[in-house]
Amino acid sequence: MSTAEATKPILEFRNINTHYGAVHILKDVNLAIYPGELVCLLGGNASGKSTTLKTLLGMVTPTSGEVVLDGEVVNDKPTSYRVERGVTMVPENRRLFKRLSVLENLQLGAYLRNDKDGIANDLERIYTMFPRVKERMHQKSGTLSGGEQQMVAMGRALMASPRVLLMDEPSMGLAPALVQTNFELIQQIHEEGIAIFMVEQNANMALSIADRGWVLQTGKVVLDDSADSLLANPDLRKSYLGEA
Amino acid sequence: MTAAVRVKGAPRTGVDWFLLLLRVLLIGLIVIGLLAFIAQQIDPGNAFAKWTHDGEEASRLTWPQFRGLIVTGLSQGAMYGLIALGYSMVYGVLGFINFAHGEVFMVGAFTGFIMSTKFDEAGWWDGWIFIPVILFTILVCTLVATATAVIMERVAYRPLRGSPRLIPLITSIGVSFFIQNAVILLFGPGAKGYPPNPEWLEETIPGLGIEVKKLLVIIVAAISMAGLWYFVERTKTGKAMRAVAEDKEIASLMGIDVNRTIVTTFAVGGAMAGIAGILWGILFKSVIATTGFLPGIKAFTAAVVGGVGNLGGAMAGGVSLGGAEALAPLMLLEPLGVEGPSQLRDAVVFTLLILVLLVKPTGLFGERLSAEDRA
Repeated sequence: MSTAEATKPILEFRNINTHYGAVHILKDVNLAIYPGELVCLLGGNASGKSTTLKTLLGMVTPTSGEVVLDGEVVNDKPTSYRVERGVTMVPENRRLFKRLSVLENLQLGAYLRNDKDGIANDLERIYTMFPRVKERMHQKSGTLSGGEQQMVAMGRALMASPRVLLMDEPSMGLAPALVQTNFELIQQIHEEGIAIFMVEQNANMALSIADRGWVLQTGKVVLDDSADSLLANPDLRKSYLGEA
Repeated sequence: MTAAVRVKGAPRTGVDWFLLLLRVLLIGLIVIGLLAFIAQQIDPGNAFAKWTHDGEEASRLTWPQFRGLIVTGLSQGAMYGLIALGYSMVYGVLGFINFAHGEVFMVGAFTGFIMSTKFDEAGWWDGWIFIPVILFTILVCTLVATATAVIMERVAYRPLRGSPRLIPLITSIGVSFFIQNAVILLFGPGAKGYPPNPEWLEETIPGLGIEVKKLLVIIVAAISMAGLWYFVERTKTGKAMRAVAEDKEIASLMGIDVNRTIVTTFAVGGAMAGIAGILWGILFKSVIATTGFLPGIKAFTAAVVGGVGNLGGAMAGGVSLGGAEALAPLMLLEPLGVEGPSQLRDAVVFTLLILVLLVKPTGLFGERLSAEDRA
């Protein structure tokens, strides 16, 4: 990737403030996600992590500031506009359409696309990546195990052919043995050149695969550094990495 | 909906005993009625038949009679099924019962009345030209009913999106009254008669013993249901509809326009009710502002019997309800010595509803709702 390309962020927050009623959630947040990078957002409960994701996708409208996609201010554009332009999310707890088949879930991921060949190719790619998903393609997705559902959720998001994949707590609710596999999958997706923006409680694991990280505290970005420096940061080790 | 299911290990209360008694009573009634029916088919003069018929011999049900009842049941049931689909789909997507849906059916029947009268004046409601004319009439009735349902959603229900479910439910009762009274205002309170059907429509197909008009109703209903099934299961819009029914937030994350999908749901449900309306007019040849009430309630019952939210269930529920309504009076009630059993058709329908709620509250094909879905 050329440096000129790499310097232009896909998604940006410029001085974003959001409120739920009178409650001030995000306070002057500035973020930028560049093509192909893997960044994670850390923070305790109620620090504004989920709101950040929802604001990026347009499910929450900021009270001030700008959400910028490819240089364009998209504050008043609907979610579908952003999905069409390559931003999508693997939601918290996967949230598959349980009564629909695995294949239908994947097809809905490509709902806004019209390139039949591209969709067929991506479906094949996902089947290669997750052979288990192919075996179960005609089953109702609600009958799948937690790990399999995680694969379908990722596959569904990839079917949108994203440039940025937002992930909300990808290891939440997974059996401990699956958490490791899950991070390997995230790395695998990242290696295909898709930028990943991950919100994660498991800070150690997340930082070990990330390029950069932000730390959010009661709606403010308090740390913004490379993953390595964050891992070495004594304050962070104390508050998030479980060291006394 | 799980009121009839007792928590395991909990002591039986008086209510539990009452419900158990009711279940045993209803099922006992069905079993004894059926046995008595079989007995009097074999020997009309058996002791039980004589006892229930004041010493007279009971009368056998002949095969043509029985066949006639089945065809009547099927044609009625097909219409209940068509209407039930609308209740079920809207419930699936918005989680409330649209009690004004019966009125959409009535609007379809009224449109059919206006069209058929005009065509009759032109002399086209007869002979073989009736075939293209009826197809055109079905199309117009479908469009008018669809428009009614879509306007209803836009004006009455969309502003209430996000409010507790009880509020659109009560609103739907208001919408129902509004449409009934608007029709009375426009067309007067009296019953309106359809022009007589072409003679060939009233004839019976020799050998089969089925009236042509009932066959027409069954065929049109079957084609409509097949079309709907294809739409919901196989098309992209249908898939979006099922996704919205399950999780609106994630559906919009997929890029689905949730509002437009809800409108589509109302439109498709309205179309089915419109088709049922014109078929009803051809079968019973009369329509009045309150025509939508009883078929509407019965179709709602059909949706519950089949498992609300389940489209196959709504169709099956409609057909079994129509069948029960046609067959039960002569196959269960008459052998038990009930007088004037055909007057009790409506009672049969609602008894069936109670029975289903007692025995399988989720309906015949319904899935058990998770606590989250029920909230």
